[in-house]
Amino acid sequence: MSSSTDQSGPDVLVTGNPTFESITESVCRIPEAKTPTAWKVMFSTSLTLAIGFFALIGYLFWEGIGVWGLQNPVGWGFAIVNFVFWVGIGHAGTLISAILFLLRQRWRTAINRFAEAMTIFAVICALIFPTIHVGRIWVIYWTMPIPNQMYMWPNFRSPLLWDAFAVGTYFACSFMFWYVGLIPDLATLRDRAVGKIKQVLYGLFSLGWRGGNRQWRHYELAYLVLAGLSTPLVLSVHSIVSTDFATAVVPGWHTTIFPPYFVAGAIFSGFAMVMTLSLIARYAFKLQHIITQKVLERMNMIMLLTGMMVGYAYGMEFFISWYSGNMYEQFAFVNRAFGPYAWAYWIMISCNVFVPQLFWFKKLRNHLVVMFIASILINVGMWFERFVIVITLARDYLPSAWDYYSPTWHDIGLLIGSFGLFFTMFLLFLRFLPMVAMSEVKAILPQADPHAKGDAHV
Amino acid sequence: MSDSSKKVFGILAEFSGSDTLLKAAGQIRGAGYSKFDCHSPFPIHGMDKSMGLGRSPLGYMIGIAGLAGLLGITLFIYWVSVLDYPLIISGKPLFSYQAFIPPIFAITILASAIMATLGMIALNKFPRLHHPLFSSEQFRRVTDGGFFVSVEADDPKFIQAETVALLKSIGATNVEVVKSK
Repeated sequence: MSSSTDQSGPDVLVTGNPTFESITESVCRIPEAKTPTAWKVMFSTSLTLAIGFFALIGYLFWEGIGVWGLQNPVGWGFAIVNFVFWVGIGHAGTLISAILFLLRQRWRTAINRFAEAMTIFAVICALIFPTIHVGRIWVIYWTMPIPNQMYMWPNFRSPLLWDAFAVGTYFACSFMFWYVGLIPDLATLRDRAVGKIKQVLYGLFSLGWRGGNRQWRHYELAYLVLAGLSTPLVLSVHSIVSTDFATAVVPGWHTTIFPPYFVAGAIFSGFAMVMTLSLIARYAFKLQHIITQKVLERMNMIMLLTGMMVGYAYGMEFFISWYSGNMYEQFAFVNRAFGPYAWAYWIMISCNVFVPQLFWFKKLRNHLVVMFIASILINVGMWFERFVIVITLARDYLPSAWDYYSPTWHDIGLLIGSFGLFFTMFLLFLRFLPMVAMSEVKAILPQADPHAKGDAHV
Repeated sequence: MSDSSKKVFGILAEFSGSDTLLKAAGQIRGAGYSKFDCHSPFPIHGMDKSMGLGRSPLGYMIGIAGLAGLLGITLFIYWVSVLDYPLIISGKPLFSYQAFIPPIFAITILASAIMATLGMIALNKFPRLHHPLFSSEQFRRVTDGGFFVSVEADDPKFIQAETVALLKSIGATNVEVVKSK
């Protein structure tokens, strides 16, 4: 039995010659084992931050959005930055689970389950921000076409309504896709469960799964269609988010490059987040043979690609603003790079354009510490990208209307708190659900192929 | 046997791997059985053909749901924007369909996805909290690394002794009679 990952050829997806049983064992032992102390420490920290997050939201509802740093030219601040950041994170999960599934990229099975979980939790965090931004939270239902006492309907031409539809659909579809994928694995946990409570709960949510081919045939089709339906969502959701900006007549926002630029950035940041999480999970739960070096390397290659697309978009934006001959457009970009927020701009450029260049080198894109640090830096950079875009508001047309935006303690608290909420949900997922799609990993083992000749079963 | 067959749900037999299970499916079908199923920890490529199953009807159901969603939301937006609450916004026509594409698209996708999920659940007769096969101790391995065939007693060809003999002759091990409650 070889445990070295370097000797595996390109066709070996799971190293160490595992059997079906050893896959089950290495994934199921995580939710079945006694709660590790490290988990308890991380969970209580995250939960504290999450409780703080909801306390801050409560204070916001009581006091109003005046507790934020918003002012007259900058009517959108941290809340929108955080919203776009979290929605973007989700996109890699959908890309991995849907597009890579349709492209038959079988290495995705190692990471798709928790990438999907990441999507759902990120979208939950994202949805909170525009919701609390409306100020009058008690009339949030106005964003949806629900009959009301005023006999009014929302405006279907508004990008803000598109947003509510697009992100709502995105959440619902991601959740269904994730749950359908979980059913066979929940059945595995049900069949292994020892306590009555676990048996009942896993039994309830696995719906009575028996692994019969009469079930698999409907299941596989449903899974395929859900993947097909999620695929356009990868492109549409962030495109629609970008129209929130692009339809506004603000210099630096009113451009057609926004939809593809936002989508590339979303996938870029999402992969960075998947990388951070999978490196931690791989190390903490000893899943090196499932989340192999090859999987990590391929993710780094995707980050290199999407990072270059983002870098191209930054360059092209700058070029077009000059080429347009429009003085306000030109000023907006020169001001981004050399104005009062130049520090944010150059953090963005360094993290998003320069850092991924490391992945040109095979040694560096296989180095765990390098990729861990790079993935965190990329997420910092992508948060700043949205900050740079939103903060363009600070200097639009008339200098008399300019101002400098600073966040308050409440803004910063909400940003930190949203990470607390995200990690609380993610840690609960790691503790109680199978974090690797076992039935899918088993299906890509050589001995799973009924048409294979020779003895692949070691 | 005739009086005890009432309580018998069927026969469960284990096979060694995906290749033998696939072959067994063809042989059981060849022997004239129709009410049987092949259980495995992951879907086996070619099993539908081996068992003589056609394509799942789920595709059509999803297609219809998607079209219904598309039509429903388009008509609803038309009714809201043109009939019930006409508002002229930036001088655009009342039915400025280009701007309605994002919500129409979202609802079409949502309706299809809901049908894909609920349709799969309905076609599989889920949620099902109990099934006679769950009484078998060895059947727990089906979600781990076990490959099983279950032949139901309702099958017109089912005669307990003969079915057991058939399964054994095609390489089954751990043949077990499963009783229903």
